[in-house]
Amino acid sequence: MREIHTDKIVQAVRDLAIRANTELGEDVLDALKRAQAEETSPTGREILGRLIENAGVAREEKIPICQDTGMAVVLIKLGQEVHIDGGSLTGAVNEGVRRGYREGYLRKSVCDPVTRENTGDNTPAVIHLELVEGDCLEITMAPKGFGSENMSRVTMLAPSLGVEGAGNFVVQRVAEAGSNPCPPIIVGVGMGGTMEMAALLAKKALFRPLGTPNEDEETGRLELDWLNRINLLGIGPQGLGGRVTALAVHIKTMPTHIASIPVAVNIQCHASRHKTIQL
Amino acid sequence: MGAPVYLQTPFDAEVIKNLKAGDRVLLSGIIYTARDAAHKRLVAALESGESLPFDLDGQVIYYVGPTPAKPGMTIGAAGPTTSYRMDPYTPRLIENGLKGMIGKGMRAPFVKEAMHEYKAVYMAAIGGAGALMAKTVRSAEIIAYSDLGTEAVRRLVVENMPLIVINDIYGGDLYEEGVKAYRRAS
Repeated sequence: MREIHTDKIVQAVRDLAIRANTELGEDVLDALKRAQAEETSPTGREILGRLIENAGVAREEKIPICQDTGMAVVLIKLGQEVHIDGGSLTGAVNEGVRRGYREGYLRKSVCDPVTRENTGDNTPAVIHLELVEGDCLEITMAPKGFGSENMSRVTMLAPSLGVEGAGNFVVQRVAEAGSNPCPPIIVGVGMGGTMEMAALLAKKALFRPLGTPNEDEETGRLELDWLNRINLLGIGPQGLGGRVTALAVHIKTMPTHIASIPVAVNIQCHASRHKTIQL
Repeated sequence: MGAPVYLQTPFDAEVIKNLKAGDRVLLSGIIYTARDAAHKRLVAALESGESLPFDLDGQVIYYVGPTPAKPGMTIGAAGPTTSYRMDPYTPRLIENGLKGMIGKGMRAPFVKEAMHEYKAVYMAAIGGAGALMAKTVRSAEIIAYSDLGTEAVRRLVVENMPLIVINDIYGGDLYEEGVKAYRRAS
């Protein structure tokens, strides 16, 4: 049994929150540069250039890439041979979020859904816990902006609609979202499981680094097919018209019930922020 | 892409008349921030006959909730938020003299109608370029609803804030035109 103290978790989450919000990942930067080369709209190319410039300013001056520093989505892979010492794991994650958002001058965007009263410290975080083998603790922090989260949807399709029906739902969702989610977007798709599992799969699909292939070849072909269809829509950077509406489609699947095809689309803006640490 | 038009707030009828969807604008002067919760309060104040924290006549509202300013800085990241959420409140503000809005994303048909009828324009800033946008803000001061935190109404003085006109008073819509020009199939 390995002991990990909550103090270490608090510090790690604090640092991840600040770094995720100010340092855009190299994979996203590379994808934006590739998009700039592919884009045929002059306005679109100019916008992509500004986004790359913005990421540089944010990193250099340590200010957020986007003012929507999001709701803190925290994915934890906890080795089953780890013992958490010093208090509750959930409490430690929330304390890390509290400190990171305060000390990093990040925006507090979390409020009660009924009263709309702001919680004041960006807690609670949305925590997804996975128990895994081993004695490692892995924390991924993904601040999620809601311009794109608002454009996300879940549906339960009849099996007769098949994979084609799933593709139509995904492409239609992107078409309807239009300029709202800050294109170029990344489209996370979850297929299978139950309703809530499809949504979680879609979220997790967004954590895969851009430019890396799907581990399943057939699903990888679907990703490219749907990406091509999306990039024929003409929405383009910021919705002002252009070729690059999405940087990628990432699909995660799991088996489902014989009566359904749950499909979730989690839309991610170009400021795709996530950072991971292993303790 | 034409050369940018240098504009100063507040807007008068002449300025609005000359703006067309697709125009590049570099905006300077005073603008006011307001997003979801502030819009709700502004319209509630209008409904109950109370005075607003600022006179809407000729003014421009920026849909933004900035991050806190770091020590020595004027404002934190300050890019636009998605505009459709302000749609239910917007016609009321336009009827009362609001002349310009800055945000990102499509507006509802009834908002475009109000813009046409009462002569107002909608402009977009680059969504997700919050660090860059902050550089155009010269000063920022909370003037109302400070309990709303990031959603408080701020008076900003901006200099050459880069914008693009989405909806003009003639029914032009850059989102519709742009997508039409580049759409190749479904």
